[in-house]
Amino acid sequence: MNKPAVKIAVRGLSFYYGDHRALEDNTLDILAGQVTAFIGPSGCGKSTHLRCYNRMFDLYPGHRAEGEVLMDGVNLLDPAVPALTLRQRVGMIFQKPTPFPMSIADNVAYGLRLQGRISRTELADRIEAALRAAALWDEVADKLTEPGTALSGGQQQRLCIARAIAVEPEVLLMDEPCSALDPIATAKIEELIDQLRGRYTVVIVTHNMQQASRVSDQTAFMYLGRLIEVGPTDQLFQNPRRKETDEYITGRFG
Amino acid sequence: MIDPLTRRRLTNRAVMVLASGAAALGLTMLLWILTDVARQGAMALNWDFFTKLPPPPGMAGGGLANALVGTLAMTLLAAAIAIPMGLACGTYLAEVGRGRLAGAVRLVNNCLVSAPSIVVGVFVYLLLVKPFGHFSGYAGAVSLAILMVPVITRTTEEMLGLVPTALREAALAIGSPQWRLTVEILFRAARSGLITGILLATARVAGETAPLLFTALNSPYWTRSLAKPTANLTVTLFNYAMSPYDDWRSLAWGAALLITGAVLAASITARLLLRDGRG
Repeated sequence: MNKPAVKIAVRGLSFYYGDHRALEDNTLDILAGQVTAFIGPSGCGKSTHLRCYNRMFDLYPGHRAEGEVLMDGVNLLDPAVPALTLRQRVGMIFQKPTPFPMSIADNVAYGLRLQGRISRTELADRIEAALRAAALWDEVADKLTEPGTALSGGQQQRLCIARAIAVEPEVLLMDEPCSALDPIATAKIEELIDQLRGRYTVVIVTHNMQQASRVSDQTAFMYLGRLIEVGPTDQLFQNPRRKETDEYITGRFG
Repeated sequence: MIDPLTRRRLTNRAVMVLASGAAALGLTMLLWILTDVARQGAMALNWDFFTKLPPPPGMAGGGLANALVGTLAMTLLAAAIAIPMGLACGTYLAEVGRGRLAGAVRLVNNCLVSAPSIVVGVFVYLLLVKPFGHFSGYAGAVSLAILMVPVITRTTEEMLGLVPTALREAALAIGSPQWRLTVEILFRAARSGLITGILLATARVAGETAPLLFTALNSPYWTRSLAKPTANLTVTLFNYAMSPYDDWRSLAWGAALLITGAVLAASITARLLLRDGRG
């Protein structure tokens, strides 16, 4: 089997909240078309790490990143890379569902409309395609004009995924996408992640180790801002190389 | 000597009586005012009140149509000036402003919120009345707008502050520029709160008299242009209520009922909107 291409190469990434160093010298490869999971105890820097891939930290003064995050060879941390175009290539799903205060169709169309004029028929087609890809179409096909906020939590999260994939990003970042959902909704999202594999490069942060082992091809274990171990998911869970990883996944700390 | 438990009960009862009494007193006063205004005002409100000019002193009949139109025109113009400014200012404070400048703007705004309206009237008098040599409806509208802006600014900042950060991040994460995020998502998410702020600010200035005394003054005639002294309900109410003529005093009651009713309606609408928006 061919080794998949590297989509994002993280090299010596450190991150600072003011004077506090939250990430220390993180280096790993995110493989194209695969699902990579980040696990680790609360506050270990998983989300911080993820938020470097779309420069979400740009918003906040005093937050800064050092090192390189190379997507297809281009350093995303370089201010010359415009944040807006970067974020159209790298979509993000958040912990709590974030439907915009508008109709279901407008939610999905939001990112598409940002990219410029688009004909009505094409828009309708792409809304349907995105909702189908997010496994939500059958549930909302007859209520596209209803507000997105009226959906259930799990449906809202799938709506957000539809909104993110409508613009055809290359990478999807998911920051604990199931932590606000019940087990059934969680199962649906996990199934969806499985379907997205191959078409998109998915990076998911999760508290839930079972989830990481179920959905991911590659897992990275973080602790205190450092990447302790990165490897194929099966190997990392069954045969961790590092003592800290073993202790964490067997529940001895964290 | 009474035992501590009895003492506590007595204290409790005394405080209860005092508090309930104070509440009852306040409520009685309010109801008294409202019923009195409603009773006396209702007698004055008729077709003529809404369609005719004020009568000469001592004559029966007539109405306050000119004052009604003047108040409406000035309030609308004030709102047209103040709403965009207040929204923009509040948005700046909530979304853009950081550090010293934002702190200064917030401080000035807080001062303006509590500025006595008569001071604003005198200020506008020096700015827009004295240089032109005559009172005008424009000056009146500007003074009302100055009173509205800080109220709208504050509620806008507060209401935008209630929108979860996650929603902002989600919009930015999909590549939305800040201005589209603000206009298309934040304003929509905070819509009912923003409208409430605007309604309350409008209601507040609709009943203002002091700033108009120095700016629009009043007029017994139809307002053909806001560049001239402009008839309005509050100053008319002030003048007529103190006049020795029964007919004028009756019109003043009518004006009082109209203003009170409008302000009450605006406040109730605002409350309902806010409740729906949160529910």
